Amino acid sequence: MSLIEGEEELIRNGVAEALLDHDRARESLIPLLLKVQGKLGYLPALAMELIAEALQIPAVDVYGLATFYNRFRLNPPGKHQIQVCMGTACYMVGGDIALDCFERRLEIGEDETTPDREFSLERVACVGCCTMAPVVVVDELVEGHVTPTRVDGILLSFGREIPKSAEKTEQEGENSP
Amino acid sequence: MTGGKSVQERYRRLKESALLREEDLYRRPVVRVGMATCGIAAGAAPVKEAFTRFIEEKGIDARVVEVGCMGHCYAEPLAIISKPGFPALCYGYLDEDLVERLVEDFLLNDDPCYEFALVALETNDVFPTFSDFPRGVHEQKIVLEHCGFIDPGDIDQYIATGGYGALAGALAGEPAAVLERVKESHLRGRGGAGFPAGLKWEAAVRAGGSEKYVICNADEGDPGAFMDRSILESCPHQVIEGMLLCAYAVGAAQGYLYIRAEYPLAVKRVQLALEQAREKGLLGTAILGTPFNCDLEIFMGSGAFVCGESSALVRSMEGLMGIPATRPPRLAESGFRGRPTVLNNVKTFAYIPPIINRGVDWFRSIGTAENPGTAVFSLVGKVSHTGLVEVPMGTTLRELIEDVGEGVPNDKAFKAAQIGGPSGGCLPEASLDIPIDFDSLQEAGAIMGSGGLVVLDEDDCMVAIARYFLEFTQQESCGKCTFCRLGTKHMLDILTAITEGRGEPEHLEILAQLAGDVKEGSLCNLGKTAPNPILTTLRYFREEYEAHIKEKRCPALMCKDLIVYYIEPSLCSKLCSVCVGSCPTEAIYTRTDGLKAIDQDKCTKCDNCLKTCPPDYNAVIKLSPPELLAEKEGKGS
Repeated sequence: MSLIEGEEELIRNGVAEALLDHDRARESLIPLLLKVQGKLGYLPALAMELIAEALQIPAVDVYGLATFYNRFRLNPPGKHQIQVCMGTACYMVGGDIALDCFERRLEIGEDETTPDREFSLERVACVGCCTMAPVVVVDELVEGHVTPTRVDGILLSFGREIPKSAEKTEQEGENSP
Repeated sequence: MTGGKSVQERYRRLKESALLREEDLYRRPVVRVGMATCGIAAGAAPVKEAFTRFIEEKGIDARVVEVGCMGHCYAEPLAIISKPGFPALCYGYLDEDLVERLVEDFLLNDDPCYEFALVALETNDVFPTFSDFPRGVHEQKIVLEHCGFIDPGDIDQYIATGGYGALAGALAGEPAAVLERVKESHLRGRGGAGFPAGLKWEAAVRAGGSEKYVICNADEGDPGAFMDRSILESCPHQVIEGMLLCAYAVGAAQGYLYIRAEYPLAVKRVQLALEQAREKGLLGTAILGTPFNCDLEIFMGSGAFVCGESSALVRSMEGLMGIPATRPPRLAESGFRGRPTVLNNVKTFAYIPPIINRGVDWFRSIGTAENPGTAVFSLVGKVSHTGLVEVPMGTTLRELIEDVGEGVPNDKAFKAAQIGGPSGGCLPEASLDIPIDFDSLQEAGAIMGSGGLVVLDEDDCMVAIARYFLEFTQQESCGKCTFCRLGTKHMLDILTAITEGRGEPEHLEILAQLAGDVKEGSLCNLGKTAPNPILTTLRYFREEYEAHIKEKRCPALMCKDLIVYYIEPSLCSKLCSVCVGSCPTEAIYTRTDGLKAIDQDKCTKCDNCLKTCPPDYNAVIKLSPPELLAEKEGKGS
């Protein structure tokens, strides 16, 4: 994904800052990646290259780790991050239904970000709140017992209007503002 | 070790000051609000804020304290109110209005509002305690003993319960004495495989060398289990003390807590606990004034189920991909940085302080001969009282589900207990009387695993469940072994075909064959146990597979491709149009006669109309196979 203006400097500073707190050893790689992702919200290619350079390891090793572990993301997150829990308990009572609803309303798929970068959607393995299944984590706030109606409620709370008519949206082929 | 007296003396002073603080705290009313992740998710934060606000408004001299999770997650948000002169009472299902009433009636005046209380914490003449309920009869808490009752952010509250006393006692004696006790206790590792902890430690002692490590595995990736998170959030010091005892026994000076990055609150609370322990001289150099040095650090895991496997976990700590290694050498000989390493689960470490404190005989008197101690389960799914439970080993599944969990809700029939997560299996009604221990469960085809127990009822499709777990293990397979990498993919494809109505009669045989091959051909336990969900569902619920394949019918009405939603005109009412509003895709329309019907082309099968249709009508039904619809519509309209 192409960088937006001023992002390169942000990435360079973020990586440099993270490098201050860690030894330049292979063992620091995961903590470094976590820290950089914490600062930037994701792991841009440039950041991975800078880290590889600093630790004197091939960039592909960094990329390998970033893709092996679920925690790392290579795409910028939306302003609001929606994580749908797909643990056993959530799946049994309709976690996939909640995911479907978000996909339908936001018109994006799993692991994608809306074009306006407002929302990003992902599935997570288990957030450990099985007793409130199905669970959705919206910007670190855990929502329990999420039904399709609640999905609309969550989106509405961020000012996202629900299309009055499904047909209308289909015709226009884009999100309502 | 020398200076045994001065260790005990130092500890005595720590405990005395902790007890004084505790006594001072409970001189006034204290409200303890359950604030683990589960409690916060249920709305504990506004409840705590409301308590603080109302107490301040009314000018009452009372304290509001944050505690962890008591395990009664179904009733959250929960709070325990202790007021001098009354037994400590626990209140559930709290909201702001109830909080206001409790502050006004109980704290300000003297009416404990028994009608809202769930249980009393200590024996008294007016209100029942835990032991008066079926759950309390079965439950015996060792690991969860302090969870939900003490403030995880205040080390003194742990010390006041006798915490770190086991460490002080051990430091006054020889390391070998600790090892001996753990060995004699027959404590089996609670990570899933049940390997005796004492033998693991002994191997690390024997391995020699001056540099050794202790690692606590809190990489709880099993979907459906959350006890490790809850323990770290509710009583981190017990785990820390256990790790220190282990470090002392094996001669390690450095330890790590490997915690999932998805558990930010656990990371935060452990971090705080480590700082407080360091301040008190219980961690770091010269612990309690002895020559014993040991420091602990947090390592944040980045989410890979395979990292629950110990060699993969160690590799990920070294900055590599978490891919399991061939054994031997075992970690106890060559682990982190090539040094002897003891790696145990959160619960295993949490058992150590009580074992050292109360002795081997006490521990072995609980549970069964081969499996002493307790088992911790996260009881979730279709069960009335979901939460964290701890019962002695040997308790039957039936007791756990029917007595402790109070059975399946909504008058539904029990179908299966999924135990042990993606590596475990589904046990049917007929297997409910087997005792819970490492060996019996394995015989039945499931495993103890990390202790996730998901109860399934008649609405849950066993093929879909097997598919769900396979999808998980297939995604999490690290890719090292061909059978695990490709075999799980192939099995997943077959299961997907079956749930979508494309199943072939020979599929069942291929599944069974593949399952055996994947078990044989995989190096680590992820691959070896991945087929378990398929094998057990095939063994106990074969007829469900056959219904999917032969009749294209999902008996549990769960597989979306095999069901349709239908509004029964004879039950539907002209006076109600709740379903129309609830449908996210506007698939429901009003017929000319005022009743409602579903446009099947628009329906996404989200279940919302069925959920919202008022119980007076219950007009929305599911049909399987979808061909039944034509029959119904022919008759219905």
